[in-house]
Amino acid sequence: MTATAVTQVSQVARRSALRTFRQPAQVIPSLVFPLMLLAINASGLQRVTQLPGFPTNSFVTFALAIPFLQGALFGVINSGTDMARDIETGFLNRLALTPLRGSALLVGLLTGSLILGLVQAVAFLIVGAAVGAHFAAGFAGVLVLVALSMLITLGFGALGLVVALRTGSGEAVQGMFPVFFVFLFLSSMSLPRNLIQTDWFRTVATYNPVSYLIEGIRSLLVTGWDAEALALGFGIAAAIAVIALFLASVSLKSRLVRT
Amino acid sequence: MTEHRPASIEAQGLVREFKKGPRAVDGIDLYVAPGEIYGFLGPNGAGKSTTVLMLTTLLPPTAGTARVAGYDVVAQGPDVRRSIGAALQEAALDPFLTGRDHMRLQTAMHGFSKAERQKRGDELLERVGLIEAADRKVGGYSGGMKRRLDLALALVHSPPILFLDEPTTGLDIQSRTALWEEVSRLASDDGVTVFLTTQYLEEADVLADRVGIIDHGLLVAEGKPSALKAEIGLPTLEAIPRDHADRERMAEVLLRFGERAGTSAKGVSVRLSGGDSDLAGVVRALDAENIAVENLHLHAPSLDDVFLAKTGRSLEGAGEEEEEAGEPEAVPA
Repeated sequence: MTATAVTQVSQVARRSALRTFRQPAQVIPSLVFPLMLLAINASGLQRVTQLPGFPTNSFVTFALAIPFLQGALFGVINSGTDMARDIETGFLNRLALTPLRGSALLVGLLTGSLILGLVQAVAFLIVGAAVGAHFAAGFAGVLVLVALSMLITLGFGALGLVVALRTGSGEAVQGMFPVFFVFLFLSSMSLPRNLIQTDWFRTVATYNPVSYLIEGIRSLLVTGWDAEALALGFGIAAAIAVIALFLASVSLKSRLVRT
Repeated sequence: MTEHRPASIEAQGLVREFKKGPRAVDGIDLYVAPGEIYGFLGPNGAGKSTTVLMLTTLLPPTAGTARVAGYDVVAQGPDVRRSIGAALQEAALDPFLTGRDHMRLQTAMHGFSKAERQKRGDELLERVGLIEAADRKVGGYSGGMKRRLDLALALVHSPPILFLDEPTTGLDIQSRTALWEEVSRLASDDGVTVFLTTQYLEEADVLADRVGIIDHGLLVAEGKPSALKAEIGLPTLEAIPRDHADRERMAEVLLRFGERAGTSAKGVSVRLSGGDSDLAGVVRALDAENIAVENLHLHAPSLDDVFLAKTGRSLEGAGEEEEEAGEPEAVPA
């Protein structure tokens, strides 16, 4: 008997989702922390909207893009620490002794991360709407926003897997969190790039791919349908996902040394 | 060796080296017949787990060949994996999943249909006495329950060969006995070949049809437990002086009655060349030399004596010595 790829993916994803949702300590911070930062930013920085050239008069609309990225960062930690734990406990060896395909394992784990990502995205949208954020691209834009958010979660989740597979250590995965956060803070997270006054910061934000991920999401909230922002957002998210998945697949092969 | 029937497990010159490390397994030959329980006995760091990882295809050998269920472990890995079940060191379970969740995942990975998954899962949970706890998260299971679940998971696809890597380490005697009974039943009733590693002498003695003793990656003895013990033959006397300073003088006296049978931290062990009847002579001689005795222990040959005779060390202390010497069990990176 050989399980089909669909069965393998769905069962690994089911396990991934079950273990995530059975650990409130994993789910709650990934929902609460980004929303808390949103609340702090939106309450303190509303006056930024009065800057000439600021694209909206609602800072909460402008800032609502940030929780989606922060949520994806939690995806890195969740997928990575889960994999590292499987390596440390020998669960990966248990799976390696079954006819499970390596690709199904990766896709299954990432599907689990995506389920959490979807829950996060819906929560951020509901809270955003409740506190008066606008959705300039309408309902279709919300769907595209969720799709882009899922793509970002996929890529970041795969990066978490790469670190876990390379190091086999949950601590190493946790250690990535501040690094990703630095990328987030050195992006156009708090201000549009053209309004950043400090030259070096503006340059770093311009070369920082995270800026384009945020701007892709933000465009749907603030501007409407901005083809360039969306193309850059989806393009960079897809590139991160493809590269990370490739690296994860190579890392899995060297980790799973089964003959 | 008695290689008349086709082997379930067979290895020739199996070697595993690790970077910057010693040879964890240094050229061992194995033959395990179908339906046999083979006990692989040795201290921590001897190479037991590394051997199991190679035989289960999770670690490629550096040299040598091995066939499991007739398939080459290097060239025919997927065929080997289809033919084996394995419960590796430390029950590899997810604390956030229930017993039933684990069975569902394992049965699905082995290609059972939706309808069959629950039936097979419940059947095995019932068999290992976990049906009542099936919907509890594994994080709340006792060590014995985890080991039983581990065993049930290894049996999902009814493999003809089962690898158990130190299945009872850390378990209380009740849980250990229950697992022994189940393993015995698997071999006797279902004809499953069991390759069992252990550092417990009693476990190998009680369970195994044949025993292989491994030390520093080498197979130092192999055979039926009774035959190995008979080979050693003579009883061993261990004497502990009341005053540790008398240890050397005590050794001189005891060596008049036989050869040294290894070292012990507190006392002296000799294999009595005259058998049990030498005991009275030993007591008289110690008394004549005015050596006060804390404890005298005469014991029939055990597997530990076999290990002692082959390596010059006691199995029960060997693992600790190796850990102190910084030779941890080698595992794949």
